[in-house]
Amino acid sequence: MLRWFPALTLVLFLGPVAAGLVGTWAPAFGFLPSLGGHGLTLEPWRQLFAQPGLGTSLALTLGTGFAATLISLGIVLGFLASCHGMRPVVVVRKLLAPLLAVPHVAVAVGFAFLASPSGWAARLVSPWATGWDRPPDIASVPDPIGIALVCGLVLKETPFLLLITLGALGQTTADRTLAVARSLGYGPATAWLKTVLPLIWPQIRLPVFAVLAFSLSVVDMALILAPGTPPPLAPRILRWFNDPELSNQFLAAAGASLQFLLVAGSIALLYGGERLVAMLGRRWIAAGGRGHSGRIARRAGMMAMLLMFATGLAGILGMAIWSLARRWRWPDALPSAWTTENWSRQADALIWPGWTTVTVAVAAALIAIALVLGCLENEQRNGVAPGSRVLWLIYAPLLAPQIGFLFGVQVLFVSAGLDGEWAALVWGHLLFVLPYVFLALADPWRRLDERYSRGARALGASPNRVFWRIKLPMLLRPVLFALAVGFAVSVGEYLPTVFTGGGRFATLTTEAVSLASGGDRRVIGVYGFLQALLPWAGFMLAIGLPAWFYRDRRGMKVFAT
Amino acid sequence: MRWTAGLVAVFLFTLATPAVAQQELDWGQVTQKARGQEVFWNAWGGDERINAYIAWVGKRVKAEYGVTLRHVKLADTAEAVRKVLAEKTAGRNEGGTIDLIWINGENFKAMKDQDLLFGPFAEQLPNFRYVDVENKPTTRLDFTVPTDGLEAPWGMAKLNFIHDSAVVTTPPRGISGFLEHAKANPGRVAYPAPPDFIGTTFLKQALYELATDPAVLQQPPGDNFDAVTRPLWAWLDALTPHLWRSGKDYPKNGPALIQLLDDSEVDFAISFYPAEASSAIADGKLPKTARTFVLDRGTIGNTHFVAIPYNANAREGAMVVADFLMSPEAQARKENPEHWGDNTVLAMGKLDAAGRKLFDELPRGAATLAPDELGPTLPEPHPGWMTRIEEQWLSRYGS
Repeated sequence: MLRWFPALTLVLFLGPVAAGLVGTWAPAFGFLPSLGGHGLTLEPWRQLFAQPGLGTSLALTLGTGFAATLISLGIVLGFLASCHGMRPVVVVRKLLAPLLAVPHVAVAVGFAFLASPSGWAARLVSPWATGWDRPPDIASVPDPIGIALVCGLVLKETPFLLLITLGALGQTTADRTLAVARSLGYGPATAWLKTVLPLIWPQIRLPVFAVLAFSLSVVDMALILAPGTPPPLAPRILRWFNDPELSNQFLAAAGASLQFLLVAGSIALLYGGERLVAMLGRRWIAAGGRGHSGRIARRAGMMAMLLMFATGLAGILGMAIWSLARRWRWPDALPSAWTTENWSRQADALIWPGWTTVTVAVAAALIAIALVLGCLENEQRNGVAPGSRVLWLIYAPLLAPQIGFLFGVQVLFVSAGLDGEWAALVWGHLLFVLPYVFLALADPWRRLDERYSRGARALGASPNRVFWRIKLPMLLRPVLFALAVGFAVSVGEYLPTVFTGGGRFATLTTEAVSLASGGDRRVIGVYGFLQALLPWAGFMLAIGLPAWFYRDRRGMKVFAT
Repeated sequence: MRWTAGLVAVFLFTLATPAVAQQELDWGQVTQKARGQEVFWNAWGGDERINAYIAWVGKRVKAEYGVTLRHVKLADTAEAVRKVLAEKTAGRNEGGTIDLIWINGENFKAMKDQDLLFGPFAEQLPNFRYVDVENKPTTRLDFTVPTDGLEAPWGMAKLNFIHDSAVVTTPPRGISGFLEHAKANPGRVAYPAPPDFIGTTFLKQALYELATDPAVLQQPPGDNFDAVTRPLWAWLDALTPHLWRSGKDYPKNGPALIQLLDDSEVDFAISFYPAEASSAIADGKLPKTARTFVLDRGTIGNTHFVAIPYNANAREGAMVVADFLMSPEAQARKENPEHWGDNTVLAMGKLDAAGRKLFDELPRGAATLAPDELGPTLPEPHPGWMTRIEEQWLSRYGS
């Protein structure tokens, strides 16, 4: 039975992606029988390229996507190169989880609260320092060229890349390599870049591509932070999908296909860039320059990381304060009147989306963990060596732009009569939950000392018993952590809910996005903060439960991942 | 014999079904069927007070009729129209995903024209007898389009403006006053981007005052479109560079504009609900010095409705909700500025003493104009005008 797990996982999870791509490309060339499209035509593409401001949309998309990816990567590498093995890394590692858990939408809303012309940042320094007794008439959030969107993306992607890079570092002999390099007289940052980075790059390449793909096709954050006239490509495609004029579905499908090409081309470009950097880097390494003490680099790396964390956390704090404000008028630094009414009045309205959010997230995370455990267990019992190809497959839903195939998934679900069903919603979330759960669990699972199971088998335990009584309890922490990761990913999903929920399901994320477009900051604060809080609660449970389970077993406490 | 009797019964039944809606509605049967149904109400979700009101309606219909109400929050009602149309196109003629839509104007016309609505049902609902069809003709004539019982009236809206009397002492008295104000105070005037309904109504108000002969607006636009709307575009071209953010960005909706007014980023907010200013003050969303004003030549007023898609899954539940919305209890709460501040569609004279008392006891905030200060109500133009104006606006200023 176990042998079926990888196949089942791939069908459940790559099936919709593949079908979704077909279901998106076909209408892009005029084939969508339910809307009377039977032929093969280039008309949708012609219509697409005739859209006013399409060039601006594309430029915005590419500019923000590459900027966000390169800046995030730069901050992470700069920070780690200059601070490797020092206290800041320890501190940042501890702070990582809360920021990592916060959904994109909450980060975006928090940033908007902070950086808009009437935002918290301006309030703190006005009017005494700026002379603004009214908020300045400048477009800062959203701004015309997408700086706000880049900032929001960097806030969210830097912690992710940092986590991945720290994980990759743990699997290499970085410390020893560095020690050797240092003993040869290399400066700390130079040594790191010349000897450690080439070691870990193969492991962080795919996540970097995923970050690029995500940044190029983000919708929820763009709806809040990106300019609207015209918006970047992805939110614009969503607008066409939602257009009352049904014939615009073809245009939207062509747009979604263009989005796919854009992401594929960008990844290829980044890959090419990587080759180029590698070539030049090799020469740089071979030249043997020792570099400097790295004090300036260290300051800069620390400052960038600090600024990033401070901004992210201040955004969350800002939402919390707004949710408790009764009256908070420009230019007061803090509310002049406080209340808990925003929460109590929203209680009724929160129940339904809150319940949907939690049940879907729990279901998706549980299914994902079952599938992942099945695959990993199969891999060990049947001796299937994990290849790097598999990793590409796992990453497929993260590399393909969501809007590029969710439309086709919707068509598939509608024709199966599945759309608007709870199960469809869970399935839609599973596509994005599964990869993260896999990434979170695969390494700790594979790293468990095989001698434990061998010992148990030698004592006569069946493989199943070994799984349930030895491996699972010993790996309870990473398993729960992976569950929490899956839960957090599901809580944050926007587009899958929109496309597979058939408009019948609202989650905290969809509510937060629709509220964020206008309306009452206090209520947006409630939704944004709650949305940030849920994944935290998940991670708290994931950390707290094993500690409680194994409270009288000191040996189990060592088992941190 | 039994076969024939069965066939006859089936025949009679099929004959009877479509007629049910047109003849007397068996209300007892409707409420019975409604019990336990889940009604997906697609309604614009941009205003927190309205969302809270809808949540209250949900609680009440659950208690009274055992109907579970789900508010599906839309950014634009056109999304719901598209969805029903998409379902019809895909052949999903039963078990549709939408049961009730908050609607009026061009969206109603679009659905009516394409046979996407269930009914007529509205005038057979028990509470319809309280509706003031005599003095509020727009309860049956939606943007000049007869409702034909396909939508049930829910509330009366009238365009009004809000300013902070501590900042602006003499607000504009006509639409041209906004241009003068913007020229003198660049960046201090804003309106929500169409297709938001506050934004479109502001444009209609402008068209009404700028058009040489506003009477033509009651007819569908034809070849005269360019000639009639030319003054509007000239006015907008002059206004746009002086708008908030120089017209490069627009607030998303009415509540966002109120937030901007409170932040002192702009000088005026636009509202559809005469008691909105008082309501916002009570809620801590505007300063105590906020005041309502209207324009000398009158402002646009209309009625907003709820309608049921032809393929609604919980038709009976939807009717029960539509009926409850017209009840004196629900209407009085809606008119209360502490909850919403939207005027009632009911006639006080048709209510019994208990019903009237509900309305007599309503508070009226300091920022609300008395009924006689609200000025004349201008009728909505034919929906065709707005559809085309929205298109033109998007290509001129929206991209």
